[in-house]
Amino acid sequence: MRLPLLALLAKEPAHGYELKSQLERIFGQAYPQPNVGQIYVTLQRLERDGLVRGEHVIQSDRPNKRVYELTDAGRAALASWLEGPSEGQRIRDDFFMKLALSPLCGAADRMSLINRQRRHYLSLMRGLSRLASQSDRAAVIPRLLIEGAMLHLQADLDWLERCQQELV
Amino acid sequence: MTSAGLAPGDGVLLRAAGLTKTFRGDGVPVPAVRGVDLSLRHGEFAAVTGPSGAGKSTLLHLLGGLERPTGGQIWLGGRRVDGLSEARWAATRRRHIGFVFQFFNLVSNMTVADNIELPALMSGMTRREAARRREELLGRLGLSGKAGLPPARLSGGEQQRVALARALAHRPSLLLADEPTGSLDSAAAASVLGLLRDAHADGQAILLVTHDARVASLAERVISMFDGMIADDAILPAMLEQAHALPSVLKLKG
Repeated sequence: MRLPLLALLAKEPAHGYELKSQLERIFGQAYPQPNVGQIYVTLQRLERDGLVRGEHVIQSDRPNKRVYELTDAGRAALASWLEGPSEGQRIRDDFFMKLALSPLCGAADRMSLINRQRRHYLSLMRGLSRLASQSDRAAVIPRLLIEGAMLHLQADLDWLERCQQELV
Repeated sequence: MTSAGLAPGDGVLLRAAGLTKTFRGDGVPVPAVRGVDLSLRHGEFAAVTGPSGAGKSTLLHLLGGLERPTGGQIWLGGRRVDGLSEARWAATRRRHIGFVFQFFNLVSNMTVADNIELPALMSGMTRREAARRREELLGRLGLSGKAGLPPARLSGGEQQRVALARALAHRPSLLLADEPTGSLDSAAAASVLGLLRDAHADGQAILLVTHDARVASLAERVISMFDGMIADDAILPAMLEQAHALPSVLKLKG
């Protein structure tokens, strides 16, 4: 959450609620709706670390707000994030642990573990396809986000098939 | 319900019991389908999925009479069909079954319109009914402007839409689709899948074979095949309603 907030502040200063709305607008409903409390806490930490500077704005008609802007250190942190390579998702798969260890537990057989997990993945996939069919084709960022999630799920399902081939 | 032909009866449109198919390659028997029990209800949409070599396509071909089973029985609309002669199978398909394949198999020296109209005429529709059906499908599939062209002038996605229109022209009880998006790019695939979804919403029963879970997840029921047998047969809830389930899939790191 820290670096996306810095990225949003690069253009112009904003307060917490504006940042939440911007995230929602850019990523669409596929993105887990950021909790505004989480955003406030993150902004406080960024300020403590010297990456943003907050200014209290007194408002007569509404509650006061705190508007944040990037500091030079914040700009440098943002630049190094944008320029550096990103780690992709690595396998850290709870289901695979279950599958590998289940014979030691005398628990359910592997075939039923695999079938249950496959149903779960397929239901998620079905939810995503429905989300994709309801999404605005013109909203590129949300569409690509959903497509990415579907491709990851497809890989999980392919891996499940490999596990089934080798272990069952 | 789109079909006029097969009475709903107990609600089961298609049933297979103990279905097997063994191919003989170089004298060595190769079992492709090894004992499948399956039934599909009127209006139901089921996907058959699994790795390549699992027997999905062979199963579909058996159910549509394009291959003969080595053993087992098939009923379509309550009528036993596995022992039908070639000619009787062809007549059954003309009345009750539509097929879509990965490669569109359109008749190259006929126009798009004639490709769609022909099966309607062959099923016994009057000329006028068949023409009306053709116009309706061309419009629904967004192909009205291409009616007079030969298929080769169309893109792959458009050709597959024509193939789908052809398969639906005679209002079949059952649509059998074998990897219908397998040779399309993702935009063309999305449009073909949208049309399948619409056809199902109109009450079309569909059995769709695909190795792609993204395609399979269009169906409310997913049958997982493995090694010639059904490993799982599941009705899927769409987890969109369970909003908590999605964030874990869509987590962005930042």
